[in-house]
Amino acid sequence: MIPELGHFALALACVLAVVQSVLPVVGAERRDARLMGTAGPLAFGQLVAIGTAFGCLAWAYLVNDTTVSNVVANSHSAKPLIYKFSGTWGNHEGSMVLWVLILSICGAAVAAFGRHLPTALKARVIGVLGWVAVGFLLFILFTSNPFTRVWPPPMDGRGLNPVLQDPGLAMHPPTLYFGYVGYAVTFAFALAALLEGRVDAAWGRWVRPWALGAWCFLTVGITMGSWWAYYELGWGGYWFWDPVENASLLPWLAGTALLHSAIVVEKRDTLKVWSVLLAILAFAMSLLGTFLVRSGVLNSVHAFANDPSRGIFILVLLMVYVAGAFALFAWRAPRLSPTGIFAPISREGALVLNNLLLCSIAAVVLAGTLWPMFADILTGAKISVGPPFFNTATAPLAIPLVIAMPIGAMLPWKRADLWAALQRLWWAAVAALAIGFVALVVAGYPVWPVLGMTLAAWLVIGAAADIADRTGLFRRPAQAWRRALALPRAAWGAAIAHGAVGISIAGVAGMGVATDTLVQLEPGQSTRLAGYEWRMDGLSDVTGANYRARRVTVTVLQDGKVVTVLTPERRTFIVDNQTTAEAAIHTNALRDLYAVLGEERGTAAVLRLHHNPFAPWIWFGGLAMAFGGMLSLSDRRMRVAAPAPKAATVPA
Amino acid sequence: MSETPATPPPARSRRWMLYAPLGLAAAAGAGFWVMLRGLQTGEYDPRGVPSALLGRQPPDFTLPPLGTLPPVTVADLRPPLSAPILVNFWASWCVPCVVEHPQLMRLTRDGVTILGINYKDRPADAQAFLQRHGNPFRKLGTDEPGRVAIDWGLYGVPETYLIDRQGLIRWRFAGPITPDVLDKDLRPLLRRYA
Repeated sequence: MIPELGHFALALACVLAVVQSVLPVVGAERRDARLMGTAGPLAFGQLVAIGTAFGCLAWAYLVNDTTVSNVVANSHSAKPLIYKFSGTWGNHEGSMVLWVLILSICGAAVAAFGRHLPTALKARVIGVLGWVAVGFLLFILFTSNPFTRVWPPPMDGRGLNPVLQDPGLAMHPPTLYFGYVGYAVTFAFALAALLEGRVDAAWGRWVRPWALGAWCFLTVGITMGSWWAYYELGWGGYWFWDPVENASLLPWLAGTALLHSAIVVEKRDTLKVWSVLLAILAFAMSLLGTFLVRSGVLNSVHAFANDPSRGIFILVLLMVYVAGAFALFAWRAPRLSPTGIFAPISREGALVLNNLLLCSIAAVVLAGTLWPMFADILTGAKISVGPPFFNTATAPLAIPLVIAMPIGAMLPWKRADLWAALQRLWWAAVAALAIGFVALVVAGYPVWPVLGMTLAAWLVIGAAADIADRTGLFRRPAQAWRRALALPRAAWGAAIAHGAVGISIAGVAGMGVATDTLVQLEPGQSTRLAGYEWRMDGLSDVTGANYRARRVTVTVLQDGKVVTVLTPERRTFIVDNQTTAEAAIHTNALRDLYAVLGEERGTAAVLRLHHNPFAPWIWFGGLAMAFGGMLSLSDRRMRVAAPAPKAATVPA
Repeated sequence: MSETPATPPPARSRRWMLYAPLGLAAAAGAGFWVMLRGLQTGEYDPRGVPSALLGRQPPDFTLPPLGTLPPVTVADLRPPLSAPILVNFWASWCVPCVVEHPQLMRLTRDGVTILGINYKDRPADAQAFLQRHGNPFRKLGTDEPGRVAIDWGLYGVPETYLIDRQGLIRWRFAGPITPDVLDKDLRPLLRRYA
C-alpha cells in the first residue's frame, strides 16, 4: 500500500508541476495578481507531494519491502540501518526521486524566502522551476519508476554495491544534488529575467545567494567525492579526471564564474547578458552531467547501470531545457542593455578576467571530456584523454587566475590603481617567494610542487594581506580589532574562500612529492619509506556486520618510537561476494601515512604503502572554501534583499 | 583606456554571437543522439576500444599448458580451419567470468571450439574453477605474466575473440557473454563465418 501511495504522490506532484509551470507564468504576463499568487502554494504543494513520495520509498527501504523491485535490486535485510536509508538514493531511480525532492525544496525556499522579490519575477522563477520539475517527474514516471512491484517477492534483496556502503558516500549524492539543483534556481532566475526583458542590480542581488548556496554545496560535494576516492578506492589518488568527476567540476567552474559576475551586476549594473548566459550554462553543465552518467554514452567507475531508452529521454530533456534556454537567450538578450561603465583596471575588470579564465578552464575540461566520444562518432578513432592532457591544458589558465586572485580582491570598483594594489601586496609576494625558495632548496621539491607551494602561499598570505589592509592592521593597529569585527562578513568570506583555494593547492602540490612502494612482507619483516619504518605484525580474520575481512597489522615507527598502528583490510561482502580494499590512513595534518592490503602469499602480505605530504589539506581547503561561502551567505546584505538605489553612489 | 562608455546595444553584426550557444548545444545534442542510436545498434560502444587486430591474424605466441589439457599454440589459429574458433581470456578471480561460463559450456556442447587463455591466475585456482564449473575449453594455455594479453590488446577479462576459417580475427567482445550476447551477436556470427 505504501509504495502505491508513493507512486500516486509522484503522479500528483507531476500534475501540480504542470499547473505550476503554467499559471504563475501566464499570471506574470497578464499582470494578474491572483494567478501570480498561486506560485507559492503550488511550490509548497509540490514539496509535500514529492516529500511524501520520497518518504514512501525510504520506508520501503527501511522495512526491506522485497515486493518493490527497486529494493530487491539494491538492498538487503542484513545491511546496517543507515545504509538501508542511504540505499534509497544509492541507485538510479531513487537518486532521481532525491533530485526532484531537492528541486521542490528549492522551489518552496524561493516561495518562502522570496517575500521581497517583485511578484512577477517570483511567479516566473517558480514557473520555470515548474517546467524543470515536469520534465524530470515525467522521466521518473515513464522510465524509472522506483515503486514497481515484483510478485512473488524474493526472500531477500540482492544487496548494495559494497563500495557504496560508506558514511561519506551516503551523504555525497545529496550534497552534490543540492549543488546541481541549486543552479536550477539561478537558471530559473535567468529565464525569468529573459522573459521579463530586464536585468538590474536587484536581480544580481537576488541571484547571488542562490549561486553562492549552490556553490557551497557543490564544493562540499566535490570535496567529499574526492576524499572518498582517496580513502575508499584505495588507489591513493584524489582526482582522476574521470568523465563523471569532470561532470561535477564543470558546473562548479561555471557556477564560480557566475558567483563573481553576479557581484558585478549588483554593484556596477553591467555584465548582464554574460551573467544570464553563465546562469544558463551552470545548469546546462549540471544537466549534461546527469545525461553523461545515466545514459550509458560513457564508461566510468561512477556511472549507473544504463538503458538507452532512458538516455534518449534525458537527451530530450537536456535539449528542451538547454537549447530552449539558449534560444530564448538569443531572442531576448539584446534587450538587456548594459548601463554601467567599465574600466579594465578595476574590481570589475579583475572579475571579468576571473570569468574569462574560469570559462576557459571549463571549456578545456568540457572539450577533454567530450572529445573522445565525439572523435569516436566523427572519425571512428578511439582515443582516450587522460590526466596529462587536463593537467597541461588547465595549468596555464589556472596559474594566471591564481596570481590575479589576491590582486583583484584589492582593487576598488570603477577605476583602480594597479600599482597601489601591488604595493600593498609586496610583502605577500616576498613571503610567497620565500616559501617557494624553502620548498626548492631546503625540501628539494621538483619544479611543479615548488610552483604549487609558491602559489598556495601567495593566495593564503594575499588573503591575509587583504584582511590586514581592510582592518588597517599596520596603519592603526589599535583599532584593527574593532574594524575587523565591523568588516562585512562577505569580505571575511571572500578572503577565507580565496585563502582556502591556496590551502587546497598546497595539498595538491604536496601530493606531487608523495612517495609509495609495493612490498611483500612476512610477519616481523619491515620496510622503510619516507623516513618511517613500516613493520608487518601479522594477518587476522575480522567479522563485520555483513562482511568478513582479512586484516593486516602494520606498525609504523620513527626513530624506534611507534607513530601509529595501521590496520588495512580486505572485506568480502557475504551477500554478493564482492571484495573491497579498506585503506588505513593515519594523518597528523601535515602528512598522511596510507596503507592498503593487496593479496596474501602464504603468511606474507603484499602491501602498498604511501607517504602523502600535505594530502589532508586538499579536502580541508575544500571545506574551508565552502565555509567562506557560507559566511558570505550569512552576510546581512545577502538576507536583506533591498535593492541598492544606485550602485554608482558608492565611492570608488 | 579610461572610462569608456559601455558597449552599445549589440549591433546587428554581433547578434549572431548570441546564437552561438544555441548552435553549440544543438551540435552537441545531435552528437549525443548519434551516440545513443549507436549504442542500440552496436556501432557506438564506450566500453573499450575495438581491437586493432580486427581483420588480421592473431599475433604469435607460445603458452605453457594448464593441467592435463593440451596447450594452445598459435598453430591452432592458423588456416586452414574447419570451423570458426573462439579464443576466450578468463581468470578464476573474475566474477563476470562465472557469469559467462554457462554460455561457454553451451557453445562447447553445440560443437564450437573454444580455446582458453587463463589470464594472471594461479594454476591451482584455475583448475579448481574448471572442476567446479566444468571445462568448456578444447585447449588451454596460461598467461600468468599477461604478456600475450598485451600483444592482443586485452581490455580486461573476460574477453572473447572470434577467428574465422581463414585465421583472421573477426570479432572481439570485452565483457561477459551473456545469454543475450550469445543469441543476438555470437550465434549469427558463428553462422556467418561457418
